[in-house]
Amino acid sequence: MKVKPRSSDTEIIRTTSWSAGPGCHGSCGVLAHIKNGKLVKIEGDPDHPWNQGRLCARCLAMTQYVYHPQRLTRPLKRKGKRGEGKWEEISWDEALDLIEEKLGGIRKEYGAESVVFSMGTGRDISPWLCMLAYAYGSPNVMFALSGNACYSPRIAAVETVLGDYCVPDASQWLQSRYEDPRYKIPKCLVVWGYNIPNTCPDNIFGHWFVDLMKRGTEIVSIDPRLTWFSSRAKHWLRLRPGTDGALAMGFLNTIIEENLYDRGFVETWTNAPFLIRKDTHTLLRESHLRKDGSPDNFVAWDSSAERAAVWDSRRAGYQSGNPRPALQGDAFVDLADGSRVECRTVWDAFCEQVRQYPLDRVEEITGVPKKEIRAAARFYAQSSPASIHWGLPIDSTPGITPTAQAITALWCITGNLEIPGGNIIARNAFECVSYALPGAEGVIKLASKELDQKRISIDKYGPFRKFIWRAQTDTVLDQIFTGKPYPIKAIYMQTGNLVAGIGFEPKKWIEALKKLDFVAAVDLFMTPTTQYADVVLPAATFLEKNSVRSWWVPLQSINKAISVDGCRPDVEINFELAKRFDPNLKWGSVEELFDDILTNSGMTFKELQQKTWAIPPEGNPSAPYRRHEKGLLRKDGQPGFQTSSGKIELYSSLREEWGLEPLPHYEEPPFTAVSRPDLAKEYPLILSTGRRSFAFFNAEHRMIPWLRELDPFPTVEIHPDTARGLGIEDGEWVWIENWLGRQQFKAKLTIAVMPQMVMAAHGWWFPEEDGAEPSLFGALKSNINQLIPMGAQGKDGLGSPIKNLLCKVYKVNGRN
Amino acid sequence: MNKKKPEYGLLIDYEYCTGCHSCEVACAQEYGHKPGVRGIKVFEVEQKLADGRSYLTYFPFPTESCILCPHLTRNGFDPPCVKHCMAACMKFGRIEDLAAEMRKKPRMVLWVPK
Repeated sequence: MKVKPRSSDTEIIRTTSWSAGPGCHGSCGVLAHIKNGKLVKIEGDPDHPWNQGRLCARCLAMTQYVYHPQRLTRPLKRKGKRGEGKWEEISWDEALDLIEEKLGGIRKEYGAESVVFSMGTGRDISPWLCMLAYAYGSPNVMFALSGNACYSPRIAAVETVLGDYCVPDASQWLQSRYEDPRYKIPKCLVVWGYNIPNTCPDNIFGHWFVDLMKRGTEIVSIDPRLTWFSSRAKHWLRLRPGTDGALAMGFLNTIIEENLYDRGFVETWTNAPFLIRKDTHTLLRESHLRKDGSPDNFVAWDSSAERAAVWDSRRAGYQSGNPRPALQGDAFVDLADGSRVECRTVWDAFCEQVRQYPLDRVEEITGVPKKEIRAAARFYAQSSPASIHWGLPIDSTPGITPTAQAITALWCITGNLEIPGGNIIARNAFECVSYALPGAEGVIKLASKELDQKRISIDKYGPFRKFIWRAQTDTVLDQIFTGKPYPIKAIYMQTGNLVAGIGFEPKKWIEALKKLDFVAAVDLFMTPTTQYADVVLPAATFLEKNSVRSWWVPLQSINKAISVDGCRPDVEINFELAKRFDPNLKWGSVEELFDDILTNSGMTFKELQQKTWAIPPEGNPSAPYRRHEKGLLRKDGQPGFQTSSGKIELYSSLREEWGLEPLPHYEEPPFTAVSRPDLAKEYPLILSTGRRSFAFFNAEHRMIPWLRELDPFPTVEIHPDTARGLGIEDGEWVWIENWLGRQQFKAKLTIAVMPQMVMAAHGWWFPEEDGAEPSLFGALKSNINQLIPMGAQGKDGLGSPIKNLLCKVYKVNGRN
Repeated sequence: MNKKKPEYGLLIDYEYCTGCHSCEVACAQEYGHKPGVRGIKVFEVEQKLADGRSYLTYFPFPTESCILCPHLTRNGFDPPCVKHCMAACMKFGRIEDLAAEMRKKPRMVLWVPK
């Protein structure tokens, strides 16, 4: 933990940057220089394999963050009305007593599920928020973005296909990184909707891909905006926002039509040979063949014996013999009821689906010339290894899951799964889970599965039953107003900014917050959202706490370097409350909790702290490569995957069971010129938002001088030709308006955007302005979320049209 | 006028500068600069190329405040801008060594601050 200092009066603590502070999901190793108990400097840790000494602007500004004069350092209790901005300082004991009393009363009267535990993007907060919610007895943990549209949908979609999640292999599982002989530099990297240099979303250090480019990787950039990557790409496909699904189908079309896929892989590892009944258009199951057959077992056609062969899903193998399953062709199969049904293979159905997307059609949908699509698809398929990294735009459409199914199929059928430099399966290092992302299960759980049955929308959406352990956000907002099927009485919000950052239609969220009996907030600064709390608790930055970071790799400890008087770590705040709500809490101390999380690593928290990071060795189920061949992915040790069938499901049996389309396809987003020509008449421009700033993490950091200086205003990017037509000049204030409202932004004229779209910055509020209503730190004047609808999630409850809406733009008269 | 002849410089591989601004904030942290004061500043250049393509370039420019951090470089440490560069596209060294590096690849610039 301690590093030799350069001068005698300074101590250097080695730790891991995660959450409050830089705000990101990254995992950079840092060296904190401490003098007289105060942080005087922060540096990147040159020995750390993640960032290798580098560090971003947000982390480098930590001295301004930690000691910011506006930072909350005392619990506050509301004095006036919600939003009035009147507060009194109270002690921690008073604050925790108040929360215990209020939430305790609500639990008694309405049941624990009446309290929602809300967060922003999940960091070193989510596990502890879950711990508190579950100790209290509520299953309703909410990630407050509409359609839960950030990462979880992609994770759930990939798990639907192959039973685990995948990330590009940038050698992050190897201590010596690019130099490790086991690693191969990808020849092709598809950067799909991701502006890498900015804020490292999704737990990937964006500049790894710059490292790879220096070592020879060539880029396919899929992005409507001119980014650093699209500038330097071998192929830049500039698609209409929201049409990624069609483009992915176009890639599959080229690859299948031109026979560029790995047939052996498809035959062996996917469910391509399984049969689909032509009468019901559903998978043929063993229960259809024999009365005592299992509905979980599937059927292929053995082309050597000319008969049906049953696939035993439980063992991930054929029931008997050594069949040669046919990949293509029709077959007649005798059923238990004596009838005979004609079937075709999954592969035939998949190929037919893909053929629905000839490149002419894909060009028409996406706006990308078909020659470019074909060239890029060929380059991807003919490069080995090749890898795909995708960003949030994939989640930014209600058609997220079929889009992600298509892209996942790309890395599977080209044989790029689990190979060095390809897309590899991402599990938490050593399978230690603190923050249970979709599909994962850790030691923090509800007392019983029955309690989970009350989780909001578990009955409505398949992925929420199978993978996603959150409440569906849009449904929560509805339920606050309707009180059905049960009332929501309180919300405990931890570092998520509903009004200025994560909540769409923020005025609705304000109304919802005002309706509740009790609102508690935990944050580092007063925000437009904390204005609506009854009590606000001051939280700590990563430098002020001990914690565990278990997210993909490495497994890390966060080591406390300093204290800031009055502030407490999220984990300690919630642990104290959890003990009060659950006298039988499993852990006696926070350290016992950390030790429990770390059980699978064979290390205690103290031991991990000595290392600060640990990478699982080859042979561990959480370390690559080719785990499906070695039987490392399945609990029974059989080769294969953790899906229902044990195979990669190009045709999803789960989605079939959920009554959703099992095959990948394209869904036009709900508010485009194509789907709503009526709206497009009045609102002719495509409205995109959510692009990252290098200076801020979403709604955070506007009060940090070194960072604010880099990006001082809420901007909207407009193409110079479009601006000329609207009489708008560079730097001028403009209104962006649609049917949900209008907001002001500063025009940035740039060729980075296409003429038919604008890109508005998100997360804007002005900490320098008055916090009380109606000002709310200016959170309702440049808030693009006011123009994004709630309730537009997809058929599976996931996705939101964040980057493919409609708007008009015009000058603000009298403001310059 | 400063009569001392310059010995050291900064070599920037602007092909790889991604505009992350780490160099700026690293410098501000090292010297406790007030907002508005920077020892180095990143510029963005949007280009329309002759073949119709668009191109985006960033490059860091050492300002009048840059003194190349002698308190660190004398002891064998890199200046914080070089150390923290997310794209690892900056190098500190003797002018002649850096000039020799420029033969290795195009799109480089060698700065010799005041």
